[in-house]
Formats: sequence, structure tokens, C-alpha cells
Amino acid sequence: MIEVNELTKMYGGKTAVDQLSFTVQPGQVTGFLGPNGAGKTTTLRMILGLDTPTGGTATVSGVPFPSHPRGLRHVGALLDAGHVHGGRTAAAHLTALARSNGIPLRRVEEVLQEVGLTEAARRRIGGFSLGMKQRLGIATTLLGDPPVLMFDEPINGMDPEGVLWVRHLFRRLAAEGRTVFLSSHLMSEMEQTADQLVVIGQGRLIAAESVRSFAARSTRLSVVVGTPQAAELTVLLTAAGASVEPEGSAGAERLAVTGLPADRIGALAFEHRILLHELTTRSASLEEAFMELTAGSVEYLAGRPR
Amino acid sequence: MTTLASVPPITAAAPAPAAEPPARFGDLLASEWIKTRSLRSTPWTLAFVMLFVIGSSAAASLAEYYNIGKISPDARTDQGFLVFDAYSPAGYMTLMLVAGSIGALAVVSEYGSGLIRTTTVAVPARGSVVLAKAAVVAAVWTVVGTVISIGSFTVSQAILNGRHAGVSFSQHGVLRAVVASALLAPVCAVIGVGLGVLIRHSAATMTTTAFTLLMLQPMFSDSKRWSADVNHMMVVTAWKRLLEYWEPGPDRLGYTATVPGSWIVLALWPFVAIVLALVVVRRRDV
Repeated sequence: MIEVNELTKMYGGKTAVDQLSFTVQPGQVTGFLGPNGAGKTTTLRMILGLDTPTGGTATVSGVPFPSHPRGLRHVGALLDAGHVHGGRTAAAHLTALARSNGIPLRRVEEVLQEVGLTEAARRRIGGFSLGMKQRLGIATTLLGDPPVLMFDEPINGMDPEGVLWVRHLFRRLAAEGRTVFLSSHLMSEMEQTADQLVVIGQGRLIAAESVRSFAARSTRLSVVVGTPQAAELTVLLTAAGASVEPEGSAGAERLAVTGLPADRIGALAFEHRILLHELTTRSASLEEAFMELTAGSVEYLAGRPR
Repeated sequence: MTTLASVPPITAAAPAPAAEPPARFGDLLASEWIKTRSLRSTPWTLAFVMLFVIGSSAAASLAEYYNIGKISPDARTDQGFLVFDAYSPAGYMTLMLVAGSIGALAVVSEYGSGLIRTTTVAVPARGSVVLAKAAVVAAVWTVVGTVISIGSFTVSQAILNGRHAGVSFSQHGVLRAVVASALLAPVCAVIGVGLGVLIRHSAATMTTTAFTLLMLQPMFSDSKRWSADVNHMMVVTAWKRLLEYWEPGPDRLGYTATVPGSWIVLALWPFVAIVLALVVVRRRDV
């Protein structure tokens, strides 16, 4: 479990992270979402003790992470796949890290196999693609078999097969009861991988809730209606107070209806003997929910807890 | 504190951290040694500097060999241990530069690549990492320095023996010169480690290391008391003083450093550099 309480970081006069509080629970994948520059990486760095907070506290499994003399058995963290020395082989890099924590060296072979780098173990990291470096970074996080794992933008540079693999890995780690905390500015990625979300913007908390309820926050829920009598239905729905936008191509026209739920639209069509081909509620995507919530500073305040 | 809304029940119990062995400094030493050994440049650099420094002693001794040949046998006097042939300042100042730079590189290469963050997450005890790095760098350069120092002495005496101008190991002044020259490399390398932690940027660290070890000393002379005091605190001055086995004559101009003082200078520089590094590394963001 990761607990962040009133965490604040100021660089000079600029506030990068502003009284941020949230909890990341074990047993699920929690996404850490925010636009670039929102303070995600700074927050992760403070949790890891790389940056000293200006105020507030961060604990991992109940204690501040830097209080451990050796870290790999407590937290596995991948901040940046580039945080390696290009002149060393993957095996040497992992061996040096394992040795520093008294981790048996057979773990190096195991994690290399886990991330699919066994073949590349004796090659210098400098020649790795970004996707391979991400895999090596993930191998590093697994070395100590830790209960808490943190990843900063782990998908960057991965091919589609790699993305699929890493999603499965995160889900498996969470299913094993670990805390998996995953930062990204790609909302679509979070929709696929995360159960819970911590959303920040300009260093402040916007939301901390499940992916589903975050997506449902959007006010732009719409219903897609397919009908051969589009003109008639448009008049009816508009009269009932909905706003209607035609979409789709000629011959397969659809109406995007906002302001009326699907059951009311169905009832209206039935009363007036209008044929419907399709009646679908379209939930707003995470992207849309996020855009709305981060649209302005007023909504930052509205989105803040308490 | 905010707790997450609608948290689903946790099915699996969070795994407890694996039984953790005590944090041993020896593990950090082993880790730093693996890092040193696994860089392809390490053996090449060490081999090159050994050849260069011993070669510079050979060159100085050969020059002496030909000079002695020009003097008629009757005019020759026994000059004892020809210390600056065995320990040519040009070669040993290069050694200082290389050792200082490689020591600094052990640290700044981690900062430059960002590896230091990976290292710090693995070992949050930052001071222990600095100490382990300093210890491994010191050990490597003590071995290299000893090989170079004994090699320089042996090669130069072998050449000078051709003119019967060589001395044996037991000759007065030889042991002190061998030891001081062997320690010169680790002293400079550890200073480099300290400066690397303090400065972190590669180019700035290299410049500062070269300036501190070599360029600073010629700015001070022995003719004024305060200037001589500063000069005697320089590593290169201390090393040269320890090579001089003869007592300073009454005709000597300027002030002379003491032998114990010079040993202390050699010990104090790396000590202060590492103490400052330990203070700073705990305070700064990585």
C-alpha cells in the first residue's frame, strides 16, 4: 500500500505538487493519470525518497521508503528506462543491483526470462531499443520480488506485442496481491489496464476513484439512434427537450442524442410507430471525462475531495 | 487522507516482503566492483596508464643513461638514488590526472546517465553507496599505483645499472618514494570520487579535478610564508617532497614542507573530499 498525505513539492517559487493526498491499495492496478507536467514523476520521486518533499509525507507499506537501507525487496520502481549505463550488459546491470541488495544471483536469470531478454543478456544496453530498455527496467523492478511496484510511463517505446505483454504482467502482479501503481498520460491505456485511478492536474488531486466511475463523471453521455425515419424522430426528440446531432454517412444515418435516456427515446419512437435499427448508450471515454475535469481551475477545485 | 471510493474487495493477500538479510556493506562493495569490472574501458585505461607512466620513467632513465655516458669516468660522483628518473614528474602528473578523472567518472557517469536514480532506489542509504564507491576506487588504484610505482623503480634502476648508477631497494629514501608514489593514484582517484559527488556534471567535474590536482599548485611559490603554506597543502607538492630524501640545505631558497606534514596532506585531501560528499549527498535531490 502506498499512502501519500498532503505531499507538497516546490521548486523555487513554483509548486510542482500541491498538498496531494491519496492511497494506492494492494491487489489492483492503480493508474496515475495527468497531463505532462502535472507532477506525476515528482510525486513518484518523493515516494521513492529521491526528492525531499517540501511538506507532507509519503509511506510505502506504512514506512517512508528511504528509511530502508536496501530497497529492492520493498519497492520495485521504473522511473525511466534510460536510467542505465549503456556500456554494461543487461546481465551485468542486473547483477550489480541484485548483489547490492543481497539477492541471489539466479534471480537475474529468472527476471531476464520473465521479460524475454534472455537472448540479449550478454549484449550492451547501449544497443537496446527503447522497448528493450523498458523490459530491462521492468526486470529491475522484479528483482527483489517486492510487494509494491511503481512504473512511470512503462508503455513508451513498446511494440503492440510488448504492450499486450506488459498489460498482462501488471494484471498478474496485482492478482498476486501486490500494489501496482502505474503513471501515464495516455488515458486510453489506463482504460485498458487500470482498476483504479488517481488523477492529478497542476500538482493537485482531481479524482481518486475507479476507472468506471471516473468515466461516468462526464456529462456528455449520449445515445446513438439508428432509424430510417430520422427527420420525424428528430422533430419528436427536439420537442421532448433533447438535442440531436445527425452523424454517419448517407444511407446509414444515425442520430446522436443528448439530454434524453435511451428508454425515453425508445418509448417515444414506439408511441409514434418509428422504426429503430439501433439504440445504444455511449458512455463517455476516459479521454472525454479527463478533458472535462481538467478544463479549468474552477473544476480542479470542484474535483478536490472534502 | 483520501481513501478510494468503491474499492473492490481484495482477493489475494498482499505478499510480505521476502525475508530480508541484514544490509551488509560488503554487498555494496561487491556491487560496485561488478560495475567497475563490467565496463570495457576499465582494463584498457588501466593498462594504458601503466604503460605510459612506467614508460616515462624508462625515458627519463634513458636520458640520464646517455648523459652519464658523456661524463668522463673520473669526473663522475655517486649521486645516490636518482629519484626523479625513477619517478618522472611528467609521467606521475599524468597518472594523477587519469586516476582523478577515472575516480570522478565512477560517480558522474551514474549522474549523467540517470543510473544514480536506479542505484538510489535499490540502495536508499546514499552515504553507504558513496563510501562503497570510494573504497572500490581506492582499492583498484592502490593495486594499479603499487604496480606502477614498483615497475617505475625497477625499470629505471635496470637502465641506470648499465652505468652503475642504479640503487637497490634498501637504499636510503627508496622505500618512502615507492610508497608515496604508489599512494598518489588512490589519493587522486578518491578526490575525484568526492568531487564527482559534489559537482555531478561530467565536464565541470573533469575540469575541477584537473585544476585542483595539477593547475592550482603552480600558482603558489615557496618564497612567501603564506604562499608556501598553501603550496605545501597541494597533493603534487606533498608527493614531490616525499620523494626528496635529502635534507634541505642551508642554501635552499624559500620554505620547505615537512615530511610528516606531506603525509598528512596526502591523507587529508581524500578524507575531506569524501566527508563533504557524504554531507552533500544526503541533502540533495537525486
